[in-house]
Amino acid sequence: MSKRLFVKGNEAAAMGAVAAGCRYYFGYPITPQSDIPEYLSRELPKLNGEFIQAESEIGAINMLLGASATGVRAMTSSSSPGISLKQEGISYMAGAELPGVIINISRSGPGLGGIDASQSDYFQSVKGGGHGGYHIPVLAPNSVQEMYDLTLHAFDLADLYRTPVMILGDSVVGQMKEALVPNPRPVRELPEKGWAVRGKGSEEQRVVKSLFLGDGELEAHNWRLHAKYQVMKEKECISEEFETADAKLIVTGFGSVSRIAQTAVAMAREEGLKVGLFRPVTLFPFPEKALAEAAGRAGRVLVIELNTGQMVEDVRLSVGAAAQVSFYGRPPGAGSLPSPEELLDVIRKNYDQAAK
Amino acid sequence: MQQVFKRPQSLKDVQTHFCPGCHHGTIHRLVADAMDLHGVQERTIGVASVGCSVFLYGYFDIDVVEAPHGRAPAVATGVKRAKPGNFVFTYQGDGDLAAIGTAEIIHAANRGEDITVIFVNNTTYGMTGGQMAPTTLVGQKTSTSPYGRDKSKDGSPIKMAELMAQLGGVAYSARVAVDSPKHVLEAKKVIREAFGYQVQGKGFSFVEVLSACPTNWGMNPLKANARVGEEMIPYFQLGVFKKEEA
Ligand SMILES: Cc1ncc(C[n+]2csc(CCOP(=O)(O)OP(=O)(O)O)c2C)c(N)n1
Ligand code: SF4
Repeated sequence: MSKRLFVKGNEAAAMGAVAAGCRYYFGYPITPQSDIPEYLSRELPKLNGEFIQAESEIGAINMLLGASATGVRAMTSSSSPGISLKQEGISYMAGAELPGVIINISRSGPGLGGIDASQSDYFQSVKGGGHGGYHIPVLAPNSVQEMYDLTLHAFDLADLYRTPVMILGDSVVGQMKEALVPNPRPVRELPEKGWAVRGKGSEEQRVVKSLFLGDGELEAHNWRLHAKYQVMKEKECISEEFETADAKLIVTGFGSVSRIAQTAVAMAREEGLKVGLFRPVTLFPFPEKALAEAAGRAGRVLVIELNTGQMVEDVRLSVGAAAQVSFYGRPPGAGSLPSPEELLDVIRKNYDQAAK
Repeated sequence: MQQVFKRPQSLKDVQTHFCPGCHHGTIHRLVADAMDLHGVQERTIGVASVGCSVFLYGYFDIDVVEAPHGRAPAVATGVKRAKPGNFVFTYQGDGDLAAIGTAEIIHAANRGEDITVIFVNNTTYGMTGGQMAPTTLVGQKTSTSPYGRDKSKDGSPIKMAELMAQLGGVAYSARVAVDSPKHVLEAKKVIREAFGYQVQGKGFSFVEVLSACPTNWGMNPLKANARVGEEMIPYFQLGVFKKEEA
């Protein structure tokens, strides 16, 4: 059995990457994620791996593209402004169907913004971000343990679907320290990487590309990518529920804010209010069906985010007419993290309206 | 009868899409020749860039990764670090390497990545229709320098081979041209030598090849070829600027 450790979320993600067999890391410093490159710059050389501090985030994502094209497990990490620079490469990787893991310990934006816990990169992460109308799986951990577990999961998803995968966290999950049991699960059954460039030897030439100029080729490629996203929606949704069975109000939020929301929901339960929490763990694919079910039973949903309203759009699309949706947001700024009491207050107001 | 001239094995038996008189085709041959000479075809991973040369994989019979515009040296870094046993080269135009991709080329070179870069300088953005490049000569008219490149406004044409020679990680840097049989033979020798540096694990090697773009220069192939010697070589001097001894 693995021992219990007391580590930071960022370190847990880096440990998860190592446990997943990732031996190549390419990155550029930015707060609040620099613990990841710092950890891997120490550990990867001991494992015959490579750590490269790139000249920029653009350099880093393209190094990841090159390494992934050879079939190895590789990753990069950054934070919002750096992720903006990586979007070009992410789009190319999505187009060329290359696996790879990208950790985004996001900052508050736009522009240089700040390093406070923020969820203002939801749109950028789950709606494509780069050009060309692609999707990548986006996983939103809310604990140190999940930073580890979901990083392992991300590498499997990346190889299974031949896609970049993003872990979307913020300074709360990245910087907080709590217990971690580093138990690597067995990997899923993964396909051979028959597409990876390797020097052709006497075999057929292999080409990794996103340029399709033949008649109808690009349309067919895009339909194929679309079909892949549909399979992900069917098979790869993850969500967590807390006291939703008899709830009259479903509170939902992802990542760090879900921790505060859960405390507020527990406080509401103590007051006798029938409130439950629904937490999407995958933001793409969004757990539409599970949320629609829980919301349909309750009739009312309250979305809480550390922004002015982004995931709420996917919640509305998921529940349709089955439930009323309201939103409470705290866009980032120093000290603007809501307290459980503040959220409890919002829950009470929404609950009263639900009872009406 | 003895065969004295044949298609390099690393080159496919297909027609290219390049314009008549374009030097890309000649340069492809020379690169394939160097691959054959060093016997690296089977372990080569080429990195294609954006520009008229993007269809590299259609001509070279090797594995290829396509890079975003300007990023080929970073992609090649990832490939080579993951698979140090492979032979890795990029093939980039001047728009690709000397404009959008300057950060990537300078830092890959400075790290001394064990890769080879073939840099095709035709003083213009070919594929997009002949706009001004960082290598466009002063006074040269292009679709975005209709009055001629103005040094006070647009800066001077960048001499990449000399710049590369300044960087600590670079083992080999040279400039060649392919406008005459003599120059082609020299270019052949230099490209072979540059490839040899990587084969021996000596670090980053760089070859700039002066090249004609008849289509965007608005010249017939012969005139365009002559321009390389008359206008380009006087400014972009040929030679080996750095050659690290073993
Ligand atoms: C990010 C980005 N910007 C611009 C382009 C458009 N583009 C395609 S090819 C090219 C110029 C290529 O010129 P060069 O590298 O000199 O190669 P040549 O075509 O002359 O061989 C440009 C600007 C692009 N594909 N991507
Ligand atoms: S546009 Fe210029 S560089 Fe491109 S193929 Fe034609 S001649 Fe060659």
